[in-house]
Amino acid sequence: MDQRVDSSNANAGEVNVTLAAPLADLFPGAPRKLQVVAGDVNHMVDALDERWPGMRDRICDSTPKIRKHMNVFVEGRRAKLETPLKPGADVYVLTAISGG
Amino acid sequence: MAENVVVLVGTKKGLFVAESGAARKSWSLRGPYCEHWPINHAIIDPKTGTIYAGGGSEWFGPAVWKSTDLGRTWTHSSQGLTFGEGTEPIGAVWSLEAASDGSLYAGVIPAALFRSTDGGETWTHLDGLQKHPSRPEWNPGGAGLTLHHIVVDPDNPQRMWIAISSAGVFYSEDGGQSWEPRNRGVRADFNPEDQRYPEYGQCAHSIAKAPGMPDRLYQQNHCGMYRSDDAGRTWQSIEDGLPSTFGFPSATHPTDPDTVFLLPLNGDSKGRYMPDAKAAVYRSRDGGRTWQDLRNGLPQENAYFGVLRQAMATDSLATAGVYFGTSGGALFASNDEAESWSVMAEHLPAILSVETAVLRG
Repeated sequence: MDQRVDSSNANAGEVNVTLAAPLADLFPGAPRKLQVVAGDVNHMVDALDERWPGMRDRICDSTPKIRKHMNVFVEGRRAKLETPLKPGADVYVLTAISGG
Repeated sequence: MAENVVVLVGTKKGLFVAESGAARKSWSLRGPYCEHWPINHAIIDPKTGTIYAGGGSEWFGPAVWKSTDLGRTWTHSSQGLTFGEGTEPIGAVWSLEAASDGSLYAGVIPAALFRSTDGGETWTHLDGLQKHPSRPEWNPGGAGLTLHHIVVDPDNPQRMWIAISSAGVFYSEDGGQSWEPRNRGVRADFNPEDQRYPEYGQCAHSIAKAPGMPDRLYQQNHCGMYRSDDAGRTWQSIEDGLPSTFGFPSATHPTDPDTVFLLPLNGDSKGRYMPDAKAAVYRSRDGGRTWQDLRNGLPQENAYFGVLRQAMATDSLATAGVYFGTSGGALFASNDEAESWSVMAEHLPAILSVETAVLRG
């Protein structure tokens, strides 16, 4: 079960984020790889949205969850917004396979 | 003054922009824009020349894209395009309309209306449709519960009509705050025999406002073609003379309220392509009393394509241009009010919408 991180993000460390190319392409200047300070996935999304306003809406919906056809992987495992991030963690924000 | 005719083509894989001079004989085509997102509808605000393109990505959700340089560079926003945290997500933007007071409207799936007063940067939900007492009884059509047409009265931006599949046509005269159904006289053939004329629940496919007559509208419905001369309070069937009662788009003439263009398909259960696989645009010059089929330049064999609800438009030049795009990715144009046709583009992705603007300068 996921463990909620203190909403203050107080124990957060720097994590390594890799963005899917179709996501980065929506935000001019956004790199594919970057570091942000975040204690869980939700705060990581906040940090991305602060740098590139609107990025939260592309990753998350209003339920609020990670979008159905987006995947966030933390240390190789599919994560939720509540998933905690250890300092130095590798986080991948990926687009799911879709057809058509 | 030079006139630049711009045609916006929303497709399943991005937006295309076609341009021509006033002769409309040769066209240049650019695109696809909007990062290959499905673009359900795109418009040009005639006041500013700004393009707005609404759609939704399977990956990234709904957004309205914006370009102030005719498509060369883009921004996008969905800020405020939500019913709030903890609610059903919005799937995609389906329709856009620019009102004369500077407001921009966006219709979405599931059916709801949003307004922007800052040029599409932020959006506010107008919740009158959510609170409408009939809402719990609305049923999604085959394409979902989509708000696919928004028509704002150009002379009074407080008056507007919307069309929802398959809830029907609704009218507001307070800028979209409150709504009443306006479907009297429109059939719902899919209902039991004694319930064919409900107050709402009809499957509206498109609505178009006639110019110069504040209360005249045309409607292509799943079940027939209609005209209203009283702002949608009552509708009269005008389908006599058409090859079928089924079709999606309708487009009005820029100055003549009696002229309307249709693209009837062969029927809702017969494949939904051109009747007898021969393409024709149907035009009426007398408000739908009589119809003429216009085929010159259109394929007359093996035309197994459909044309979707937002995929036909007219331009505003004196001799109106008419344009439509097919489910097979072909774009057809007429520069003489549908008398003759030529192919503007082929092999595009499936075309979802066509809109035009004439820019002068």
